[in-house]
Amino acid sequence: MRFRDVLRFASDAATGYPLRTSLSVLAMAIGVAAVVVLTALGDGARRYVVSQFSSLGTNLVIVVPGRSATGGFNPANAVTRTPRDLTVDDALAVQRLPSVRRVAPLAVGTSEVSAGGRLREGVIAGVASTYIDVRNLQIAQGSFLPDEDWNRALPVAVLGTKVRDELFPGQSAVGQFVRIGDRRVRVIGVLKSTGQGLGMNTDEVVFVPVALAQALFNSNTLFRVLIEARSRNHIAEAKRDVAAVLKARHSGEEDVTVITQDAVLATFDKLLRALTAAVAGIAAISLAVAGILVMNVMLVAVTQRTSEIGLLKALGARGATIRQAFLAEAAMLSLFGAISGYLLGELGAFVLRQAFPVFPAYPPNWAVIAALATALSTGLLFGIMPARRAAQLDPVQALMKH
Amino acid sequence: MALIELTGIERVFRLGDVDVRALAGINLSIEAGEYVAIMGQSGSGKSTMLNLLGLLDRPNTGMYRLEERDVTTLSPDEQAAVRSTRIGFVFQSFHLVPRLTAAENIALPMMLAGIAPAERNRRVKQALKDFGLDQRSDHRPDQLSGGQRQRVAIARATIMQPAMLLADEPTGNLDRATGDEVISLLEALNARGMTLIIVTHDPKLGERAGRQLVMEDGHLQSDKRRPASTDFS
Repeated sequence: MRFRDVLRFASDAATGYPLRTSLSVLAMAIGVAAVVVLTALGDGARRYVVSQFSSLGTNLVIVVPGRSATGGFNPANAVTRTPRDLTVDDALAVQRLPSVRRVAPLAVGTSEVSAGGRLREGVIAGVASTYIDVRNLQIAQGSFLPDEDWNRALPVAVLGTKVRDELFPGQSAVGQFVRIGDRRVRVIGVLKSTGQGLGMNTDEVVFVPVALAQALFNSNTLFRVLIEARSRNHIAEAKRDVAAVLKARHSGEEDVTVITQDAVLATFDKLLRALTAAVAGIAAISLAVAGILVMNVMLVAVTQRTSEIGLLKALGARGATIRQAFLAEAAMLSLFGAISGYLLGELGAFVLRQAFPVFPAYPPNWAVIAALATALSTGLLFGIMPARRAAQLDPVQALMKH
Repeated sequence: MALIELTGIERVFRLGDVDVRALAGINLSIEAGEYVAIMGQSGSGKSTMLNLLGLLDRPNTGMYRLEERDVTTLSPDEQAAVRSTRIGFVFQSFHLVPRLTAAENIALPMMLAGIAPAERNRRVKQALKDFGLDQRSDHRPDQLSGGQRQRVAIARATIMQPAMLLADEPTGNLDRATGDEVISLLEALNARGMTLIIVTHDPKLGERAGRQLVMEDGHLQSDKRRPASTDFS
């Protein structure tokens, strides 16, 4: 029997029983669609988290005061009473490292902010002119903090959009004065809205020079030092160098923690990939179920068409020919199921993306390929048994069944 | 040259604990071009005989030579090849594939044999014409009358130009007039040289054949020839 004839015969047979065929195609389609949609969700979550992290800035190395618990017990830590403060001078020292491009000190506190009789509690971030570049922020009006000596407390501020909207509704803020605690400062710029980032929402923050913030809060310590490495390849070097410099400056004690955005990102990435794979695995079970359904359908087909199989044998069909015809039918059921399931899944992912625009629910390629391959191979695998059964039917017995 | 030669054929079925001898000690020779009727009560072994002649069944002992070739020892696939090219079947219940049109049913043996579509179409067209089915080629079996269905089945059985035609009660599901029509068609094929073997329990039908084999309890009870029908050479 020619290959094209086998396909033709099998497709005629499949379309000859529309209900049976469409049900098994549906089962396969649901299985594949489940894999596509669930992996789109999982991978969408991963992309979402990754993009949120990337919006913090690129090639970021972050210094956090205090020693994190990782690294086991260190006798040097045991005798320390309190960790040293992370200071502006520390940040300046780090700035001289060759692997470092920019450094931005960050001191954070809350204070009352008022203008024209309006008052609100706001987050005050003491930063330097470099902060806008390190964090990839953009200015909407005016300018960011001037490039000044970090120890000078210039009475200027840059507002987040939300703060601007609340203090100066419907009017320009640049050039106006606001009162922060007991200081009167001039607004020199407004940041572009960035939306929700992990941790701090810059829209709700008032940025002032770091020295001013420290004076406001009466403290010398920094909340963080944000460091931008010279390039992606310099991140590890920068991390090592920064740790070494700060250790030397803090009399040999490792009382700061240097983390890289990459490490955090990699952890989340790994975690969410594993999650996606697990979800895909769960969804794949439905593919196996669909495969078993295809087997059932084909077994029913063999029983239904017993006399036809007997006839084919009487007309000179070899066992292999009958096996091929039934396998081709099973393969077609799975193929059409897999393709329609894929389209259904893509549609589901599309609907998800429309409903939640921030959530990039695209199914990963590996999942799509794995789902299609699993669907086809289970269909074929579970098609083998019915096909063999058909080929082994005794023609005399088969012909007697009407 | 004998087309069919059976020597010492035995066929035993096991039904529960009892062995049933469906065929016992059959010795038979059929020449090419003969018109043979196999008759007998139900259970006499005539259907088993037909299945055996059609290579759908194997004897327990004995030898079956078809065109001087021992076919009892062939593998299933080799037997399938012999069925494909040398044997045509006509069944009581027609056995047409319900989802295929008349033309597709007729083409089925050629499709199974892997004959090229162009050649298939040519032969099917000729067969439709020969069997008066021109107007019915695109009809499915459920749109055909009983006589038309059996004509499609006969066209299918002869499309590979086999050496012999095996017909199992070919008129059993047809009324008298249509049955006669079908028998005339088969006899016309026989007149053109095709060996025709009909299994029937209808004595009237059997009498039309040139040779009558009567079976009883798996034995060949009688083997009569009608002198009038020795018009083949």
